[in-house]
Amino acid sequence: MKRAITIAWLGFLVSVPLWLTNLYVLHVLIMTGIFIIAAMSLNLLLGYTGQLSLGHVAFFGLGAYTSSLVSLGFSVHLLPAWEVTLDPKPVWLGMLAGMALAGACGWAIGRLSFKVRGAYFVIVTISFAEVIRLVALNWVELTQGPMALNNIPYLRLGIPDLIEVSFLRKPANYYLVLAVAVVCYILIRRLVSSRAGRAMIALRENEPLAASVGVDVTRCLVLATVVSAAMAGAAGALYAHYVRIVDPDVFLFIYTVTMVIMVVTGGKGTLAGPVVGGCIFGLLPEVLRSFEIGPEVQWVTYGALMVLVVYFLPEGIVPALRGWWRRRSGEPVEAEQPRPAAEAAR
Amino acid sequence: MNEPTPKAELAVDGLTVRFGGLTAVESMSFEVRAGEVLSLIGPNGAGKTTAFNAITGYIPPDAGTIAYRGTKLTGLKPNRIAELGVVRTFQKTSVFMGQSVLDNVLLGLHLASRQTPLAIILDLPSVAHEEKALAMEARRILGFVELDARAAQLAAALPYGELRLLEVAIALAARPTLLLLDEPVSGMNPAETASFMKLIAKIRALGITILLVEHDMRMVMGVSDRVICLNHGRIIASGSPSEIQRDPEVIRAYLGERYVRAQG
Repeated sequence: MKRAITIAWLGFLVSVPLWLTNLYVLHVLIMTGIFIIAAMSLNLLLGYTGQLSLGHVAFFGLGAYTSSLVSLGFSVHLLPAWEVTLDPKPVWLGMLAGMALAGACGWAIGRLSFKVRGAYFVIVTISFAEVIRLVALNWVELTQGPMALNNIPYLRLGIPDLIEVSFLRKPANYYLVLAVAVVCYILIRRLVSSRAGRAMIALRENEPLAASVGVDVTRCLVLATVVSAAMAGAAGALYAHYVRIVDPDVFLFIYTVTMVIMVVTGGKGTLAGPVVGGCIFGLLPEVLRSFEIGPEVQWVTYGALMVLVVYFLPEGIVPALRGWWRRRSGEPVEAEQPRPAAEAAR
Repeated sequence: MNEPTPKAELAVDGLTVRFGGLTAVESMSFEVRAGEVLSLIGPNGAGKTTAFNAITGYIPPDAGTIAYRGTKLTGLKPNRIAELGVVRTFQKTSVFMGQSVLDNVLLGLHLASRQTPLAIILDLPSVAHEEKALAMEARRILGFVELDARAAQLAAALPYGELRLLEVAIALAARPTLLLLDEPVSGMNPAETASFMKLIAKIRALGITILLVEHDMRMVMGVSDRVICLNHGRIIASGSPSEIQRDPEVIRAYLGERYVRAQG
């Protein structure tokens, strides 16, 4: 039953470019997909380990810039007499480099969190994102600063001169994003249902108790941040080679906020949460636009819906739906369970 | 303590812990022997829980050494100490409230599991195999503390007495060889306490050494081989339960100077 629903869902998603003729809508879907990948990566950190990273867009932007620069090639003077030059490399290599660099920065942030938790962790991540943004803005020789990196090559896969797929057009990019999203989803699912994921949940729920049964808190956080950052980096790389222009605005705080909204409204700490939240709050602006109301009304409606979701479904949409489904089918486990008790304990 | 000492499992030597100007534990030395149940008693603020926290790595001692089976524990993080087999419970009820009872024990089985991140990501068959074994082990442990009927329930839904049993189940999942219980029966009714005493006997039968902090004297006198009494961070008496009950220092600490004089 569950498997059938999954297959039906995937079949539907795969079929979209076949019947959707409006390329603009397809573009919106691709961007939403990229953000869903980023939101899923944030969920691993925020939902499972309970650490709020408000600089998550830094990993996204690092992936975008690194991948672009590796595939464009660059030449910078680190010291007056020392020039570093990199010839253009294939795009897939750039994407891997982007993931690797984002993951490495995630490692550093994870190590830091050994000392700083809670509010301090939030501040560290915000500062990290801001520093990276300032570097991207001011290191003109490398990043072109506000002039942006242009003409970023698109991804090609296959054997040259024999068989090759180019990810230039929208349907191809749609499938690429879908494939990466599915892979990320599966990876996160495996991770959280294993020993590593249980350690993360233990840490979120009760850190002293987790340590008392042998959970290495630092290691567990580092693993989560590395995987999370690398996935956000992958989303950034997908973005760069799809939009094919990257400027320092990819580091804007609003993108982090968007990811947090997707995770929190969808249901943090659930696998489907960021996907559902991402679909709703990624597509909502476009849906509202189609009603031909003024832009201010659109955004007020967007904000109001968000407040309503958070107010009435504090756990998120997915847990709320799950609870409703359980009550309907009469499973006693949660029906008897008073909600406030579980929350107060948290 | 004049009988020939069997081997000391845990050796605490000159342990001192200060909080600012307050000396919570002052040059405390004692040892826990293999297989025994040793109780730490004393009035509130005597330094029992502080000693626990220092032994299990939650607070750094200001002086003194703690060694378990020859390995120095001082300076190690709590998770490393747990790996060495020294596992504790907490004075304030401490479980994973938002998880099911079974998942609580599964979280506690962290050390029993050997999956590497790579094996997890590749979803190797060994992972699924181990997951099955872990779930069985978790059920076995729940059976041991007689909580198996509650396995599917949310921990937050358990009544108080059962929460305390769940704490012990989580600690047992970490496979201790020395179990430190911090006031496990506080807040339990006499019937629950009596059944908890049976549980302690069962744990002991597994070959697990127990260090107990407890206020309930019926429990302490009923299960302990030896008792150490603390007051103001110092050891004021130690011996068998019956010796402790007759010790004038202990009576003074608990009941005050006047009572001792009145007794004459």
